[in-house]
Amino acid sequence: MTSAEPRTLVETKRIRLFDEDRPLDFVRGGRLTDVTVAYETYGALNKARDNAVYICHALTGDAHAAFWHEGDTHPGWWDVMIGPGKAIDTDRWFVIASNILGGCQGTTGPSDLDPATGEPYGLNFPLIDMHDFVTVHRALLAALGVDHLHAVVGGSLGGMQVLDWSLTHPEDMDQAVIVAASSRLTAQNIAFSAVGREAIMRDENFYDGRFAAHDVNPTVGLAVARMMAHITYTSEEGFEEKFARRPQFDARHPGFGVDFAVESYLDHQGSVFVNRFDALTYLYLTRVMDYFDPFADPTAMDKVARTALKYLVMSFDSDWRFGTAHSRRIVRRLQSRGLPVSFREISAPWGHDSFLMKIDPYLDTVRAFLEQPAKPKPSIYRRRLGRHH
Amino acid sequence: MPPDRLTQGLLRHDLQSVAALINRGERVLDLGCGDGDLLAYLIGAMGCTGTGVERDPGAVMAAIGRGVPLIELDLDTQLEEFGDDSFDVVVLSRTLQAVLHPKDVIVQMRRIGRRLIVTMPNFGYWQHRLRLLSGRMPQSRDLPYTWYDTPNLHHTTLVTLEEFFDECGLVIEKRIPLDGRGRQPRIGEHFLQHGANLLAGSAIYVLARSN
Repeated sequence: MTSAEPRTLVETKRIRLFDEDRPLDFVRGGRLTDVTVAYETYGALNKARDNAVYICHALTGDAHAAFWHEGDTHPGWWDVMIGPGKAIDTDRWFVIASNILGGCQGTTGPSDLDPATGEPYGLNFPLIDMHDFVTVHRALLAALGVDHLHAVVGGSLGGMQVLDWSLTHPEDMDQAVIVAASSRLTAQNIAFSAVGREAIMRDENFYDGRFAAHDVNPTVGLAVARMMAHITYTSEEGFEEKFARRPQFDARHPGFGVDFAVESYLDHQGSVFVNRFDALTYLYLTRVMDYFDPFADPTAMDKVARTALKYLVMSFDSDWRFGTAHSRRIVRRLQSRGLPVSFREISAPWGHDSFLMKIDPYLDTVRAFLEQPAKPKPSIYRRRLGRHH
Repeated sequence: MPPDRLTQGLLRHDLQSVAALINRGERVLDLGCGDGDLLAYLIGAMGCTGTGVERDPGAVMAAIGRGVPLIELDLDTQLEEFGDDSFDVVVLSRTLQAVLHPKDVIVQMRRIGRRLIVTMPNFGYWQHRLRLLSGRMPQSRDLPYTWYDTPNLHHTTLVTLEEFFDECGLVIEKRIPLDGRGRQPRIGEHFLQHGANLLAGSAIYVLARSN
């Protein structure tokens, strides 16, 4: 977008969805009596109320999925996907995006104040299960008066929410789009998350999660967690293309500082992150992924098998965080119950983060899938004997 | 099966013949499904369920866009993604000659589906034989490519193909010889079946496990 084009401005709204009368009970135990959710909507709900699309964000995302906020230097995190004429076309679909439970971008999370104590929840915040996200998403839908979704769409942790939602409440949607996600983390995936959490919890400013009471922030640990995770979101090829072994411009004397461009980049990623993200949210949300294993329940697909829900699963060939093997596992499971599932592996050099990039074959596929007819129309062409090739 | 629907020109001729071999409501895997013509018809008009497999990007997009479930994978190496007995019918239409290892593909299909429908061009077709007799490589509507620019890696006559099916543990339940335009010719069934290796430009086989 050039600066000459008008930027469509949007705002994040907040709504309280759970209170004393209607508390939120967590799957793994625990209860909150005050849950507020930050969300944005784009486009308009049509008269038939059948054009709503729900966006589930990944680990560090937020409700600001598309368009611009006043003063933004970048549009929302999935602006390549969502907008007028884009894959999720806001001229056609009513798009809802929300910040997930436990988040730190407007939705109630562990660093918010516990009304019972007046202190931040800290590690007293209940452990979150993937399905708790879905419970809150559904409460938002009810509050917005949307009783059915055309599709639920998400990448990475977002795709895992889509999978859980589609299995537990398939009646809510016609389509589920799951990008670069997983139905069960590998030991290596959990190991990466564990090191990130260790970095945070071993930070001298962590104070068992009560860092806010000490008026400090475990920024060193959080930045290290982000730097390491960020490496797993890109690819060797992507790093080579972007940095290779270029020295950082101010590295006049070799030493242990930021000598290479890639180091400067990671350093920047870390410091930007600590200003916008909460260490406790990082712990809670990564843990949700570690435990997610919906197909461990042999009855997991019983509900969805009674519906006509259609799946699109996609992966990227350079993704080594939740690579094609993870997506294929999802496809195999869904396929084993005879569910309609489409799958594509997209070639792109940017690793796991590819799901956030403008990659035309990827975006075009999402669009084609969302806009498909409810039932395929047989191809009708006139029978001209001996003339067609 | 309403035969009238199939004669209205809904599908390419040979696909019509394949469609006529599939029952209402069956679960179908179409390997090398192209734009999804066959599945669009089976799902849209015949109450079938199913999945197409294709790698050509344009065809993949067309199939997904028209509502045909499609899995992008390599027939030669990735058919193990499908479970044993997970489909009623597995279709391979004019594709076996283009895969790297036809035997591996057929063995996988046999594992995945209870019934197989395989369409193959016939290298023994009389037009091909005439071309060879005249000293030139065969070319026809069924084998339209030059030898140096073709997706087809393997050629076989129907007789040799049938020996291969037997070797793969498959019995032929039905053979439908097609003429050079992919249509079922209007000549006597007896004559046609006996002369298929010479008269058919291609043939559709319905196969089942022999044990």
